[in-house]
Amino acid sequence: MNENKMSVGAFFQKYTMVIALVVVVIFFAIATGGNSLMPGSINNLISQNGYVFVLAAGMLLCILTGGNIDLSVGSVVCFAAAVGCVLMANKVNMWIAVLAMLGIGLAIGIFQGFWIAKVHVPAFIATLSGMYAFRGFSNVVLGGFRVDITNEQFLMLFGGGRDCYIPDFIRQWTGTTGKPNLTCLAIGGIAILVYVLMTVRKISVQKKLNIHQSIPGQIITTALISGVIGFIIWQLASLRGFPTVLIWIALVLGIYQYITTKTAIGRHLYAVGGNEKATALSGVKTRNVYWFAYASIGLMAGLAGILTAARAKGIDPVYGEGYEMDAIASCFIGGASAYGGIGKVSGMIIGAVLMGVINQGMNMVGVDSNLQKVVKGLVLLGAVVFDVMSKRQKR
Amino acid sequence: MEKSVVNQSTIRKADPVSLLKKNAMLIILVLVFIFFTVMTRGRMFNPNSFAALINQNAYVYILGCGMLMCMLTGGNIDLSCGAFVCLLGAMGGMMMVYWGMGTALSIVALLALGVAYGCGLGALIAYVRVPPWIATLAGYLAFRGLGTAILGVSSTNSISFNNNPDFLNIFSGTLFRTPEGELNWPCMIVGIVGAALVVLLIFKNRTTRLKKGYEVDQLGMDVAKCVLGAAAILLVMFKLAMSGGIPTTLVWVGIVVLFYSFITSKTTIGRHFYVVGGNIEAARLSGVNTKRIMFIAYLNMAVLTTIAAMTTMTRFTAANADAGKNFEMDAISACVVGGVSASGGAGTVLGMVIGATLIGVINLGMFQVNLDANYQRVVKGFVLLAAVVFDILSNKKKS
Amino acid sequence: MAKILLEMKNITKTFPGVKALDNVNFKVEEGEIHALVGENGAGKSTLMNVLSGIYPYGSYDGDIIYDGNVCKFSNIKDSEKLGIVIIHQELALVPEMTIGENMYLGNERGHKFAIDWNTTYAEADKYLKMVGLSESSKTQVKDIGTGKQQLVEIAKALAKQAKLLILDEPTSSLNEEDSRALLDLMLGFKKQGMTMIIISHKLNEVAYVADTITVVRDGATIETIDNHGAEPVSEERIIRGMVGREMTNRFPKREGVTIGSTMLEVSHWTVHHPLYPERKVVDDVSMYVRKGEVVGIYGLMGAGRTELAMSIFGQTYGTNISGELKIDGKPVKIKKGADDAIKHKIAYVTEDRKGNGLVLSQSIKVNTSLAHLDAISKHTVIDGDKEYAVAEEYRKKLKTKTPTVEQLVGNLSGGNQQKVLLAKWMFAEPDIMLLDEPTRGIDVGAKYEIYCIINDLAAAGKSVVMISSELPEVLGMSDRIYIMNEGKFVGEMKAEDATQENIMAMILQSGRGA
Repeated sequence: MNENKMSVGAFFQKYTMVIALVVVVIFFAIATGGNSLMPGSINNLISQNGYVFVLAAGMLLCILTGGNIDLSVGSVVCFAAAVGCVLMANKVNMWIAVLAMLGIGLAIGIFQGFWIAKVHVPAFIATLSGMYAFRGFSNVVLGGFRVDITNEQFLMLFGGGRDCYIPDFIRQWTGTTGKPNLTCLAIGGIAILVYVLMTVRKISVQKKLNIHQSIPGQIITTALISGVIGFIIWQLASLRGFPTVLIWIALVLGIYQYITTKTAIGRHLYAVGGNEKATALSGVKTRNVYWFAYASIGLMAGLAGILTAARAKGIDPVYGEGYEMDAIASCFIGGASAYGGIGKVSGMIIGAVLMGVINQGMNMVGVDSNLQKVVKGLVLLGAVVFDVMSKRQKR
Repeated sequence: MEKSVVNQSTIRKADPVSLLKKNAMLIILVLVFIFFTVMTRGRMFNPNSFAALINQNAYVYILGCGMLMCMLTGGNIDLSCGAFVCLLGAMGGMMMVYWGMGTALSIVALLALGVAYGCGLGALIAYVRVPPWIATLAGYLAFRGLGTAILGVSSTNSISFNNNPDFLNIFSGTLFRTPEGELNWPCMIVGIVGAALVVLLIFKNRTTRLKKGYEVDQLGMDVAKCVLGAAAILLVMFKLAMSGGIPTTLVWVGIVVLFYSFITSKTTIGRHFYVVGGNIEAARLSGVNTKRIMFIAYLNMAVLTTIAAMTTMTRFTAANADAGKNFEMDAISACVVGGVSASGGAGTVLGMVIGATLIGVINLGMFQVNLDANYQRVVKGFVLLAAVVFDILSNKKKS
Repeated sequence: MAKILLEMKNITKTFPGVKALDNVNFKVEEGEIHALVGENGAGKSTLMNVLSGIYPYGSYDGDIIYDGNVCKFSNIKDSEKLGIVIIHQELALVPEMTIGENMYLGNERGHKFAIDWNTTYAEADKYLKMVGLSESSKTQVKDIGTGKQQLVEIAKALAKQAKLLILDEPTSSLNEEDSRALLDLMLGFKKQGMTMIIISHKLNEVAYVADTITVVRDGATIETIDNHGAEPVSEERIIRGMVGREMTNRFPKREGVTIGSTMLEVSHWTVHHPLYPERKVVDDVSMYVRKGEVVGIYGLMGAGRTELAMSIFGQTYGTNISGELKIDGKPVKIKKGADDAIKHKIAYVTEDRKGNGLVLSQSIKVNTSLAHLDAISKHTVIDGDKEYAVAEEYRKKLKTKTPTVEQLVGNLSGGNQQKVLLAKWMFAEPDIMLLDEPTRGIDVGAKYEIYCIINDLAAAGKSVVMISSELPEVLGMSDRIYIMNEGKFVGEMKAEDATQENIMAMILQSGRGA
């Protein structure tokens, strides 16, 4: 069998972004004298970029369908959050507010999806108008003012800051105190165990069905990823514990990973972007595929609204600006194709993490916030140009 | 003397329904204008409103011409123009205020920047084949940051041009200013000349076509066009005359709009833009250099952005960090509302102008009735969506 | 008496302006391989699209009776449920996805929300072995050649448990070896009881593999030939059925034919495929055309004629192009791009007038002037009156049916669209005209008018190359004929020596590896 020998060049191309991420992490670790790897930094990285992971997951589906994007997510995040905050400020039950935020996001997604899927309005125009309209709506709801959240339960559950972590049940049970947070370690340990077991099962099934994939390669990958997870968990445990926002991020990423790899609709998303004609000829209703993508990102915008409001302990009319760009950039840096049909959740995660690391690193080193935007733009452009040119060389 | 009859001209039948459809936006514009005049108890009809319309929307007309050319090639847009305006403002501020470069030299340098960006962007899109909206998205992200960083040199994050009267006078203000309420004769004369030209052109066209035996509209139609066109010009110029004179921005807008009107309707390169958007393969096989057209579209856009930047800088007499916000949205909206096809190959400068004016009237009107700024944004968003849907649906029936 | 598995009764299908199928009757026996043959545009693909549900019930007249039941399919899935699977000419595969993913697209294994990938790939591998592919189902489709992609399509059909398999031009992009393998595969399936319908231009293959052959012409079934006998039916017999129409007065007489010196000379011209650079689509072709001459290039689909013409026309197709061009005796190097070819007075009239020939959303006037805007403009400013006049002139000359030249081309009939396309290139005043299928999809009356135009062009001293897959047309219009097959020129004959039979014979001979 010769499928598994990969030349050095091909290896680099496939794992470019991972390598870039590693390089950048090391760079900033050195530049900040190790501060960027401190527990506090890791915690910040996760909680500040929660919304990026959530939105980028939804954006990935849209991009898969053919390079289509959703420019309205930032405004929808703000609008959904605004409604939720106003509801909670008026003593409405927290869970109703949460449902409202998710519901608004989903409804907007379905609405925009209608114009894009059925009427064939170009995606960027439909969502550009949404970007405008929903920013306006959110300002109407907020009356131009910031609205604070005081509902403790809400803040705890959705990650509103350093105190929002899963309490250390194990220590409480055993009566010990202090750090590290054992519950967090336990969660991390279980996660790693589950992951390793899944890999083992995968390998054994492959053996049974005679499918050939490099076993040492898979073992090494699993080990590396487990190591990274372990490191992160340890840092989090040393600080306060498992941040609640991470629960939601993990949930979303897990669901989208599942959708894109194991469901029929996931396949159809890739197929529509790869060759829409062929997909239609295979009996797939392409219209529903587009609709699904936009409905899902609408829902994610609602969730991102919840997370944003929790982290900031309130909502301000200018929140959400630029969110769509972060999400889009994460997907493209993570290897999604501007023409559709290619892109993975794992890539998107790397893209989002890379953007987050660069942002945080630049902050810690003290780079002017405006120059940070310049870097963001250049990184995005570089990733896309690299992608387009490497595809051209193959031809 | 024997008259050599080439052919008898056929007279186009006036079909009221298709007439309505073709001029839908214009009719809507008139109706909306009347609506707001009523709602504001006549304030919309004041001379100041007309002047405000021109000054506040100059950048839309200018950027709209550039965006039109990009959209013609196939629905492509430029998301970076607003941010680039901010950057140019910052650079202009540095040049004129901090580095003491003269006005003329600064203007040339800014244009050079515009050309440089345009060439880079054009090359990326046309030759490296990066999709336009991503290529310009990078600029959208980067330029505002860069501009704001440069403006950081001033504690207020803005640079004032108050000490550069030359610069201010070239791109803003009024020509031959007279006090409000007094009829400004230069302005009125321009209006009369303009109206006369329109009538002349329409009838010259008609007689030439009759002579050569081409199709003509019914006489009534042409007369109506003359009357309406002349009346519109006279009205606008009269109002401007009462508001103090010809706004300088009107001159720039006029030059740009007339220039692009000419290019799109009468030149070979303008024709190339339409066919590239209509059927790029057919264009290629007919000898059109499609890559070069794409390159020119974005180079052109960058240059027009530079001009729009200068009108913005002078209007606010300063370079600000949030200059240019939403400019791309406004330009795209003007085009789309004005009937420019979102898939390319169709659209006119006149349409864009009507679209831009309609949006401008809606903005001004909402402001004058004191509609909450946030509802204004909502309205803007839905107007854009409605225009595109209308465009798509009406085209569906044709094919 | 074998059971009739499928009967299509009195099927009529019309598109705006054209009757694609006219009361077609078609029967297929269970367990047989039934071939559909006919010229381009005869209606074979349309008939199969009706059968497979792509044209749903209600969009055609007549009945489909499958296994005794009348069927009313509303989409592809309905027909697939009964085991009717169609493999299209253009491969319906997504290049970036793996073979396994493609095979089960729209037909996913496991639950909709939990695709069982292991089962998917395992089953996929099973079907791949059945069609003779050794590749793993995890290979990406874009990494295997067209021949293998074709087999993947068949595996995909097998995975859908096909009982009636329809193959539309399955060997059109395959070489000798792969074609033979595919045909043998079909015979193997037949032994296992599968019923198949094959549409093909390659008559030798049809004779080899089919039990029954139905000839379709102009949207109607002309005859059905039985091929069950010990001796396979002869290709000549099939040709006569396909093509045997009266040749009287279909082609205008050529008046005043004066043939001058050589205008275009092509030597050792080789062109490679743009996506698969190792594949030669034009292989060492040499030809010449003289002034005032009409040279026909005949060949079946996939012969490489369009590729030959487009590559000569400013390399607008193909990579790795080598060979020499001489215009009027002088060697020339035409720069890449249509505009340089136009400057050298070459015109290429495409076979796909709607796809890449005309801008349908623009007027006749605009389309007419497109390739020669210099002639109606001064210093890049277009003279609107001149443009109008030119368009009018050609409208009259070519008798284009339209109230005005401001009419949008998209609203014209096929024949009139073709006239606008010709007008555009005539206006460019070329010396050499490459016409690719100039009368495709046009009714008989308009065809005659276009033949007259072509004759006028030749009479005016132009060098005309006419690519056509309609044998009678080539015979009726050309002074000389080149025959092309699979990228090579396999024959050249003067018009007076040419007959339908000996042209076909040349193709068949070359197909047999002569």
